[in-house]
Amino acid sequence: MNTMLKMDSPAAPAEAPTLGNGIKVVARDVNVYYGEKRALFDVSLDIPERSVTALIGPSGCGKSTFLRCLNRMNDTIPIARVTGRIEIDGRDIHDPDLDVVQLRANVGMVFQKPNPFPKSIYENVAYGPRIHGFANSKADLDGVVESSLRRAGLFEEVKDRLADSGTGLSGGQQQRLCIARAIAVSPEIILMDEPCSALDPIATAKIEELMDELRQNYTIIIVTHSMQQAARVSQQTAFFHLGILVEDGPTQEIFTNPTDKRTQDYITGRFG
Amino acid sequence: MGVVYFTGLALLVLIGFFFGRARALAVGHTENLHSRPGYHGGFVVISVLLPVLALFALGVPFAQYVTENQALQAYDPAALDDAFKRSAVLRDIIALANGQFSGQPTEALRRAADTYASLHAWTSYLLLTGGLVFGLLGIAYGLRKLSARFRARNSVERFVKGLLFAAACVAVLTTIGIVASVLLETIRFFERVSPIDFLFGLHWSPQTAIRADQEGSSGSFGIVPLVTGTLLITFIAMFIAGPIGLFAAIYMAEYATPRFRAFAKPLLEILAGIPTVVLGFFAALTLAPLIRSLGETLGLNVASESALAAGIVMGMMIIPFVSSLSDDIINAVPQSLRDGSYGMGATKSETIKKVVLPAAFGGIVSALMLAMSRAVGETMIVVMAAGLAGNLTFNPFEAVTTFTVQIKTILVGDQEFDSAKTLSAFALGFVLFFFTLTLNVIALQVVKRYREQYD
Repeated sequence: MNTMLKMDSPAAPAEAPTLGNGIKVVARDVNVYYGEKRALFDVSLDIPERSVTALIGPSGCGKSTFLRCLNRMNDTIPIARVTGRIEIDGRDIHDPDLDVVQLRANVGMVFQKPNPFPKSIYENVAYGPRIHGFANSKADLDGVVESSLRRAGLFEEVKDRLADSGTGLSGGQQQRLCIARAIAVSPEIILMDEPCSALDPIATAKIEELMDELRQNYTIIIVTHSMQQAARVSQQTAFFHLGILVEDGPTQEIFTNPTDKRTQDYITGRFG
Repeated sequence: MGVVYFTGLALLVLIGFFFGRARALAVGHTENLHSRPGYHGGFVVISVLLPVLALFALGVPFAQYVTENQALQAYDPAALDDAFKRSAVLRDIIALANGQFSGQPTEALRRAADTYASLHAWTSYLLLTGGLVFGLLGIAYGLRKLSARFRARNSVERFVKGLLFAAACVAVLTTIGIVASVLLETIRFFERVSPIDFLFGLHWSPQTAIRADQEGSSGSFGIVPLVTGTLLITFIAMFIAGPIGLFAAIYMAEYATPRFRAFAKPLLEILAGIPTVVLGFFAALTLAPLIRSLGETLGLNVASESALAAGIVMGMMIIPFVSSLSDDIINAVPQSLRDGSYGMGATKSETIKKVVLPAAFGGIVSALMLAMSRAVGETMIVVMAAGLAGNLTFNPFEAVTTFTVQIKTILVGDQEFDSAKTLSAFALGFVLFFFTLTLNVIALQVVKRYREQYD
């Protein structure tokens, strides 16, 4: 375990460092039910913009469920029901006037297992711009594809084989392709659901590096099982346990000076 | 005798199994067994089964051969050489031996029947004893081999593997046998009719005259009208079943609520269970007159047996086939791909069109191909609704005929087996087989080509 995670700092919590950014996402009293089962209990969380927020906690604690609320992916699960208020830039995402298509174009998502479409690399990235009608010409589309691949740090590796199938890439490349695909519709928020859990350490390092660059322009929310990863990449951390948001705050503080016993137990590896 | 034999075998197998297992358990108390006791029991079972079954498989035909020959010898040695006489006499002998002979038996026949009966009883007795001895020896062998270090599991697993291999061989050999028998008759047919005339002739009229001096005695065997008829009906069927089946599958897999699905899917599959003969008279008695009267109001000349009626009903028959297969294939597309697409802000319909269907494309094409080969080979509906006239036409309102209808027509009733007409059925069957084989091979290739695209 990382020395940074050692739990020996006593008493007085340090002054919370200001992030100097506005709040991008506001969640208030969010509850999620899967059929009879309640998966989230009154979660309220503010997420600052242009930073990386990590959601941590043991399996089944509701962190992925919360993540999926933010782009209303839970809508695709017939038995799921979400209550409470979630605002992005002050706008309620459950507002009937708001089209979920626009919401999801604005809130991109990267999944646990790389899931490139069974199409060419180019078509994978061009998929979003095409369905949203972002590009007017072939040249426009080429530009979007190239810049998205560049931002995802993949362009140099695949520039000579854009017509090859996206599923033929390595796991890490596939995941960066999925990030490029999400970036291509120019979202402001990118949700990442354990994006590195299926990758080897080298590919993981690349994705983490990428996240660090991307936070200049995007608000990133990442679910991770790896506490080292949360400590490395995030500025803000929220700890979930049994569907309850136990504690949230600047990453430094959560890891060095948690206020809740459960957080302390989790990050010292006593359970989870 | 067979019943007794196999009852005995079952008993020996049970005894062998329990003895083997009990012995292994006993050995297991003192030493570590390599294989679990059940496998030792299984090994004893195999050492009983193999020799006893082999004895039956070889002994019964041999005993029968000897018995029959001895009986015929006793009756009249001349009967042994004449195959025709042999079977006639044998029938009498067996009937008499079983006490079912009607009439007054001759002395020779009575003598032969006695020989038959005594030999039959004697060989049966011999076989039963042999089986018992073999079985007991098998048990003894199995138990003798049994020891803590004996690898009974490996032997049993090898035996099971052999069994599975044999089953696979039976399936393959059956196919080869059928093809070979059809092929032989086809070759005989081509000795009479040139393959060129057969494959490219435009006229189908297989009636051959009984006497050589009758008119039109040669018949004509051009299959082009049958090809067009078959293709026309198949095309109409696919035109109905392709879109409806596929759209139904998309609805079932992507949109339907679980409750609707649970209710509609079995219903759809009931459609597949309707006997084709029922569909056939639906086509002939309900749909064909309907199409005919519809055609009349539109001023079209529709035959009372039309390709359209047969094609539509055949399409209905293969709808569940297409929809059920496509449904499975669409469901097999990983949910992660749909999530990826939804996560980009794609709607359900965009996701289906641009992600799910392309990913399922190979499977859907092969489902359509398999449905098509079903349609090509379907007989009953076309027999009842399509007609017999070998019209060379693409007009769906006319009567056409198909391969299957002609094969059925030619082979139904009493036929002499060496006329060109009868043999032509085999040639038709061969062409049909070749056609569906090609479709299946194409379907398999398409699946193979597109399968590696996801997962």
